[in-house]
Amino acid sequence: MIEVNGLHKSFGKLQVLNGIDITVDKGEVVVVIGPSGSGKSTFLRCLNLLEVPTKGDVIFEGSRITDPKQDINKLRRKMGMVFQQFNLFPHLSVLGNITIAPVRVLSQSKTAAEDNARRLLRIVGLEDKASSYPNQLSGGQKQRIAIARALAMSPDVMLFDEPTSALDPEMVGEVLDVMKKLAAEGMTMVVVTHEMGFAREVGDRIIFMDGGVIVEQGTPAEVFGHPQHPRTRDFLAKVL
Amino acid sequence: MPDYIDYFLRGAGITLSLSFFTVVFGVVLGVIIALMRMSKTAPLRWLATAYVEFIRGTPLLVQVFIITYGVPQITQVNIPDFTSGVIALSINSAAYIAEIFRAGIQSIDKGQMEAARSLGMTNGLAMRRIILPQAVKNILPALGNEFIVVVKESSIVMVIGIADLMYNANVVRGMTFKSFETLIAAAMVYFIITFTLSKFLGVAERRLKTSD
Repeated sequence: MIEVNGLHKSFGKLQVLNGIDITVDKGEVVVVIGPSGSGKSTFLRCLNLLEVPTKGDVIFEGSRITDPKQDINKLRRKMGMVFQQFNLFPHLSVLGNITIAPVRVLSQSKTAAEDNARRLLRIVGLEDKASSYPNQLSGGQKQRIAIARALAMSPDVMLFDEPTSALDPEMVGEVLDVMKKLAAEGMTMVVVTHEMGFAREVGDRIIFMDGGVIVEQGTPAEVFGHPQHPRTRDFLAKVL
Repeated sequence: MPDYIDYFLRGAGITLSLSFFTVVFGVVLGVIIALMRMSKTAPLRWLATAYVEFIRGTPLLVQVFIITYGVPQITQVNIPDFTSGVIALSINSAAYIAEIFRAGIQSIDKGQMEAARSLGMTNGLAMRRIILPQAVKNILPALGNEFIVVVKESSIVMVIGIADLMYNANVVRGMTFKSFETLIAAAMVYFIITFTLSKFLGVAERRLKTSD
């Protein structure tokens, strides 16, 4: 579904990604872990071109999204993204947040989009918040709304950029539960996270990144149970 | 003075319509200039920056004269005085409005644009539906201030013969030889307009705040 070849990204002189090659299959949950500054967020943001790679290709469902002629807006509809800072639209109600893209981008009717939004709100357990505004919600609720907003576009893949890192500890669980539900329903997911419990439980494959490269990858049992690389062992010893 | 109230009312009407058109065109042009200043295309950026710098760095009176007397000489097209006034004032105000909008747009967290784009919105759609509505809310006080400046600064167009409030006040002054009373009366009328406007903008501001 997603194929990444020789992905490089630098910000000025700072080389952040030094050649990433990876394939994500349909229905797979890939969890990216690694120390801060290892380039994992940048890698994720290259997948939907929020960051433009300096070199290399990203191919999504057969289309080279790194091709400048490619209509990136069309491809982004099929790639949902959830941000660390939620990035809900504060001037729109919860319902407005979820329906604006389906209505304005996919030209769905308002009623159809709202029906779908209410269905998604049930899935994330926030039906009663439809008419609230983002600043009336807790962090965990905001993030669940952000997930619903991304799902409203019926994406083929969901990208999560440290979705629980800005949350109070007691709210992490409610967001991870929604993500687990999604994974169980077969959603293809790429998740950058520091939640090792989640990675171990939900991940089909764990990617350990450091210094802008993939140091090691494998099933959770392999990476967490028998890390091969010293850098992986070192990192896991610190976080587990 | 009551005998001359018609002069003040007529003048105030012209001042109001002059200001209204200036604000409308100023905002439209100002938003365009602001977007150009933040464009990825360098020449657009330079053009917009040059525009803002030039307008802010030259007197309004000179700009009004250029539009009213300078441009018709070059183009051989005669524009009615009122239109020249609106054009000159709009061009001037747009530079200030552009800076207000630019600051407003740049004050919006860049995550907002990223979230909008990640949902497949085009840059334009995200700007219209996500960024500008939030920016306008933030800049309303500064924008209101600029509108009040427009009402006051529009008095300069009396020099090109537009019969606005200041022009009519001058006419009354000439007829009555009562400079002090006439000018105080003119100042009062300006004040009533700007005070009403500022109260009205205050209400609009509070309304938008509560929708947060």
